[in-house]
Amino acid sequence: MPPTSFRRLFGGAERDPRLPPGQYDAGNTFPVLTAEVSPRLQARDWTLRVDGLVETARTWTWDEIHKLPPSTYNGDIHCVTTWSKLGTSFGGVSVDGLFAAVGVRPEATHVLAWSVTGYTTNLPIEHVTGGRAWIVWEHEGKPLPPEHGGPVRMLVPHLYFWKSAKWIGGIRLLDHDEPGFWEQRGYHMLGDPWLEQRYDGD
Amino acid sequence: MTEGSVGDLPPIPTIGPVSRRVPPGGARRDWQAGEVVGVRDETARARTLRLWLPTGHPHVPGQHYVVRVADDEGIRMQRSYSVASAPEPVPLGSSSRSSSQGTHVELTVDRLDDGFVSPILHDDVRVGDSLEVRGPFGGWFIWHGDTPALLVGGGSGVVPLMSMVRNWRNRGSDVPLALVVSVRSPGDLFYSDEYGPESTIVYTRSAPAGWPRPPAHLDAATLAPLVERLAPAGAVAYVCGSAGFAEAASQLVVEVGMPAVSVRVERFGPSG
Repeated sequence: MPPTSFRRLFGGAERDPRLPPGQYDAGNTFPVLTAEVSPRLQARDWTLRVDGLVETARTWTWDEIHKLPPSTYNGDIHCVTTWSKLGTSFGGVSVDGLFAAVGVRPEATHVLAWSVTGYTTNLPIEHVTGGRAWIVWEHEGKPLPPEHGGPVRMLVPHLYFWKSAKWIGGIRLLDHDEPGFWEQRGYHMLGDPWLEQRYDGD
Repeated sequence: MTEGSVGDLPPIPTIGPVSRRVPPGGARRDWQAGEVVGVRDETARARTLRLWLPTGHPHVPGQHYVVRVADDEGIRMQRSYSVASAPEPVPLGSSSRSSSQGTHVELTVDRLDDGFVSPILHDDVRVGDSLEVRGPFGGWFIWHGDTPALLVGGGSGVVPLMSMVRNWRNRGSDVPLALVVSVRSPGDLFYSDEYGPESTIVYTRSAPAGWPRPPAHLDAATLAPLVERLAPAGAVAYVCGSAGFAEAASQLVVEVGMPAVSVRVERFGPSG
């Protein structure tokens, strides 16, 4: 049975070319989607550990990470629940800088990013290097609010936003792909919004 | 410090066991044509669509389906809607829940006036129409019915919780369960004739005449006795509603003694 036609128009002619298929423009809103209770985490108690297949594992405190060269992302973000936020910005440091400091071993192929809540998400290493991933504590010039992952979250804006782990506690480098929280629960292993990789097998 | 091997690393924190079970027929869920076989208004702004799905993967209470509609120019929009119905019982004589037997599901849709999809599902869809649907999805905010549960829903957040309650009732389960539903006024309460002794209704703006609790937001006093009874039994809390409700209610259940690792949250986005 073919789908019923409902004689509607969604305004395709004015559709912003920055919107991947199946996404809509959330405008000035920034929806909150989280599977767990938001932790109340103070910046002074926060640390970031980068370990696994590295030469020297390292932990940065809030003050220490602020001494690294700042890096900003200006662009769009896309949530698998179909909202996109266009022309936004985040400030922090590039993951490349952290990896340079620890020395990535050649056998590392993937990372598992983890939150203090126990949330995890997996990424191929080439998707978090080459200027494509950040550790951020500012959104549009203001401190990142707790419900959006503050004080500090990961940012991997070219993939669906569940890959940008909130309340980031560490990044572990691995020699294999290890499914994270949503990836174990029916979501896609990579999550490219332009390919609509939302669920298992897409 | 140089790491000797990955095996020496400190453990990464985790939340909850993986409660998803790989579904029959494999993980990939394809689009299928769902026939609208029933339509029912729950409130002035909420409507339940009963669908017949020829490729009926049985759902677990808490899961959702994705509904996709196309406009006259072929632009497609999709939205996720929680299943309100309990999973259908396995027919007698069927050895297992095969993926080919077909099933009914009921999705309750909140109307968002400036949305793309929900106005169509409210104003245009009739019995006999065919909708593209995909699912069921969701491997976290699900309840298999085998652990005590505290269910806390705000407004349309009651939808996946009602699937859990209906399933619990259908099975005549003696697993401890409590449901708390928060709504603005009596006219906003979905499934209003289905609340029994396991349920507490909280009205935030206006309550029915003679209601014992004056209208006020969900508070610790309402949740504390439920958490005191259920948390020691190893309950999992399921909190669902708007982002604001989910944030406030999930913080409250932790405040009154539920371990944060035992709280699962589903935040309904504004997607319409």
